[in-house]
Amino acid sequence: MSQSKDAQLPHRSFAWRVFHFLGSMEFAITMLITLAIASVIGTVLQQNQPYPDYVIKFGPYWFEVFEALGLYDVYSALWFLAILTLLVVSTTVCVIRHTPTMFKDMFNLRTNVQHKSLRSMHHHAHWHQPGTLSDNTNLIRDRLASLGFRTRITEKGDERLVSAMRGGMNRLGYILTHVAIIVICVGGLMDSNLPLKIAEWQGRLEIETRNLPLSQIPKESRLAVGPQAFRGSVSIPEGRAASVAYLPMRDGYLVQNLPFTIEVKEFRIEHYPTGQPKSFESDLVIYDPDLEKPLEQTIAVNHPLIHKGYAIYQASFGDGGSELTINAWPLFAGQSEPAELETKVFETRQMLWGDREMQLEVTGFRPFNINPDPTEDDPKNVRNFGPSIQFKLRRETGEALEFENYMYPVERDGRDFLLSGVRGSPSEEFAYLYLPADEHGTVEGFIQFLHALHDDDSVAEVAAEMKDETLVSLQSEQDSVLGDSLQRTLETLMAMFVRGGFDEVRDFIEQSLPEAERETLAPAYLAMLREMLGRIYFNSLDLGAEETVSEAQLLFLQDAIDAVGTLPRYGSPVYLSLVDYNHIESTGLQIARSPGKNVVYLGCAFLIAGVFLLFYLPQRRFWAWLSRDGEQTRIDLAGMTNRNPREFDDYFEKIHSQLQSSERNSAAD
Amino acid sequence: MFLGSKHATAHYETNMSTQFSTLDSDKTSLTAWIWRLLMALSAVGLIAFYSDILDGYEVSIIILTAIGMAWLGQGWPGYRWHTVAVAVFSLIAVSIYGSELGRADTSFWLNYLLASQSAFMWMSALFVMATVTYFGGLIFHSEFTEKVASFLTWAATTMGMIGLMVRWRESYLLGADIGHIPVSNLYEVFILFAVVTALLYLFYERRYQTRSLGGFVLLVISAAVAFQLWYTFDRQAHEIEPLVPALQSYWMKIHVPANFIGYGAFAMAAMIGVAYLLVDRQTGNASVSRWVQKMPSLALMDDLMYKTIALGFAFFTLATILGALWAAEAWGGYWSWDPKETWALIVWLNYAAWLHMRMTKGWHGGPMAWWAIVGLFVTLFAFLGVNMFLSGLHSYGTL
Repeated sequence: MSQSKDAQLPHRSFAWRVFHFLGSMEFAITMLITLAIASVIGTVLQQNQPYPDYVIKFGPYWFEVFEALGLYDVYSALWFLAILTLLVVSTTVCVIRHTPTMFKDMFNLRTNVQHKSLRSMHHHAHWHQPGTLSDNTNLIRDRLASLGFRTRITEKGDERLVSAMRGGMNRLGYILTHVAIIVICVGGLMDSNLPLKIAEWQGRLEIETRNLPLSQIPKESRLAVGPQAFRGSVSIPEGRAASVAYLPMRDGYLVQNLPFTIEVKEFRIEHYPTGQPKSFESDLVIYDPDLEKPLEQTIAVNHPLIHKGYAIYQASFGDGGSELTINAWPLFAGQSEPAELETKVFETRQMLWGDREMQLEVTGFRPFNINPDPTEDDPKNVRNFGPSIQFKLRRETGEALEFENYMYPVERDGRDFLLSGVRGSPSEEFAYLYLPADEHGTVEGFIQFLHALHDDDSVAEVAAEMKDETLVSLQSEQDSVLGDSLQRTLETLMAMFVRGGFDEVRDFIEQSLPEAERETLAPAYLAMLREMLGRIYFNSLDLGAEETVSEAQLLFLQDAIDAVGTLPRYGSPVYLSLVDYNHIESTGLQIARSPGKNVVYLGCAFLIAGVFLLFYLPQRRFWAWLSRDGEQTRIDLAGMTNRNPREFDDYFEKIHSQLQSSERNSAAD
Repeated sequence: MFLGSKHATAHYETNMSTQFSTLDSDKTSLTAWIWRLLMALSAVGLIAFYSDILDGYEVSIIILTAIGMAWLGQGWPGYRWHTVAVAVFSLIAVSIYGSELGRADTSFWLNYLLASQSAFMWMSALFVMATVTYFGGLIFHSEFTEKVASFLTWAATTMGMIGLMVRWRESYLLGADIGHIPVSNLYEVFILFAVVTALLYLFYERRYQTRSLGGFVLLVISAAVAFQLWYTFDRQAHEIEPLVPALQSYWMKIHVPANFIGYGAFAMAAMIGVAYLLVDRQTGNASVSRWVQKMPSLALMDDLMYKTIALGFAFFTLATILGALWAAEAWGGYWSWDPKETWALIVWLNYAAWLHMRMTKGWHGGPMAWWAIVGLFVTLFAFLGVNMFLSGLHSYGTL
């Protein structure tokens, strides 16, 4: 803000020159623009993500370079804070240097102007009036005062000077806006995590990066209750309580102790008829030794609870370890009864299914799934698909497949299916396995069918039956070589189908049959396989003599065959069906203490008041120099403004004519 | 020097003085008082009528809005007519609707004029027509054509405002819990942007008695309208969606409009910057284009650029601070360095630097015009780019 005489610079001391430089406009503008450009970084590079994500994105070399530059948390990086500090210093120097002048200008009526200089001002006028000098002086003073000007009369020898000013507060606008920047930054500093960083450098604090239960987190990573600022979060399941908040720090966290305990009674989500969430609410109880009785309050988004300067916000929600009852239906040979299993969300356990050992990790539960209805064209038509569970199955090698199973059948093309989605990584879409539901809406019918396909005896029985019929039709009942070969082929076909679906059967045909016979034999093989599958299914129906297979049963058979055909790609030895659940939610609270908040708000108030004063309250000055000129009084009027010179042209004319006319009127009295 | 600018300056001066003399006349002051009374009565009426659903904050917002409108309209007849027209037509639309949203298709007046979608279509058409007409008036030196353009702009603004008011009502007809002020997503704020920018322009058009800048300012509005139409037809963005929990706050009613006064003013400043640079290029040439002769003086455009940026800056400051207050209530902190917040800061810093250069270094003219244009792109990124390219808390306006 300085246009001081640079010529004097060489004669000044070094300290003065530094001070001058820091307060210079060039430096201030440079800092404003530098801050703007530096701020861009944190918007382009997503901040405070898990560090492994950055490694994947940038590779190990650049990851470390960026980490050293503090780019993963730019806004608390040292160099960024340094820019902010320089901006504050620059503003402070500016304020220190200019406030005295501004204050003077706010009140000073500039009574020491020269007659000559008034006449050389851009806005000036003069006229003659009858009446005495003192009368005219008072008239002008009164008139200007009535227009809202502060006025003062100065005797200049025989002559008089009326000085007037409006809008001196414009100068206050300058002071307020610049002080506001300092105040806001100081408030921001009070709420920053700088003290934590200092404590970390001094070795008093250690960021915890391991995923530990609260009780095992060491003292060095815990923060005592105190007046310091923090912003952390905690996830509390319904019916449970917590008295800490976790502060995310770079690739780890710290634990902040709270002077009270927060219990979560219930978490609720309300929905609009369209399925979008309408409100997230938590019923909280605050237990504080300082309170006579526990404080009960419901918080919601936009409606935090503020207790003792600690603000508690509804920030997120998740599963709080819902209790699940699951049936594991075997998809492997030898078993057809489900194994019942009691588990919880986020629980991990080792399972042995058939001959395969796997680790079951339950990752989530949703009580309902409102998704676009696949049977309707408009994606806005949504339908509730009922509860679902998400889990991972991890093999001993460490690889895991992720599953999503729906509890209730979902209708497709008029038939009911049980859906199970599977994918290899979170970046993939789920591929769905459609298991046909039986007449009770369960997977049992399908499992029975599958069991029969796995059962060598029943397969052999059907194969023998078909072999006999074929031999009869060929009229070669006695050909045991042909019979045995046929029987073996049928059994092999079934075994291949169950193991690898139609794909394996087709591969077998391509590889083992001579090309000449493939044309005719391949369709025959497939037809035989289908016939066998049908017979096994029909046998299991125990139809009476009169009964025929219904349309629904035929469709079930078709869907079941399709499902068996896709099973080899499913990747799980069991189908987990959710039988019962007790939904336990957890609420994600954000807990913050910001002692600097009111300081920042004060700065904001300064800023708004200052900006409007600066732009919309022009400082306007008038001077009227009155001198005797024979019988009359000569009046020299001059005016100036610091804003809107364009409008001042008219304003000056207006004041001019009003002063002139008021004097005429009073002169006529 | 070219003749055009002198002519325009002289023209402006005579008009300014007549304006001043009429401002104090009895008739004007009587109208102003009637207007203020009308605003006071409307505020009281609204508060009384909706007393059971309004909270203290909303009552304050109504009172402040009434004061603001009373102040705006007291010396601005165009705004008074606009407000009355918006009120009358919106009330007609509301009464035709009754409690049945389906009337939008069955009632002739709603279907072709007053249902929010129809009103927005009218607005779009009228803005484009106004743009063309303004340029026509500029090229053919036709005062009459320019007056028609002003009228079209008023008509477009009025239709846009009616559309917003009616949409507000329509949202309540969808369900009492769905109803909300239509400034909640990108589609709605684009209309707000067009309306606010046009009102700002019309304010200065009257103040400075120059219609020659109309085409330039309306060009940016027409661009917004074009985007809006694509957004409607390609993305079906016009459907009213219920509010996500984070937006259910009285803060939205003040934060968003304040922001758009800022965006609108910055956009207008940039378009004046464009006009400035085009005129500046021809200044000093032996022969200047016909339209340039009609343009206001460079000094006036420079001054207007400063005025609009100052106005935009003041309201943008206010809006950002209101946003911080809201964030403190919704996200657990007044400042989170969220991309939208950060870009708001960048926009603010940019214009702060601009104003410093102008006010204390006395920079003006070409460089400042270029800077104002660059400022619009920075603003545009803060407004649109952040939603399109960056992720963060402020994801309501995604494309």
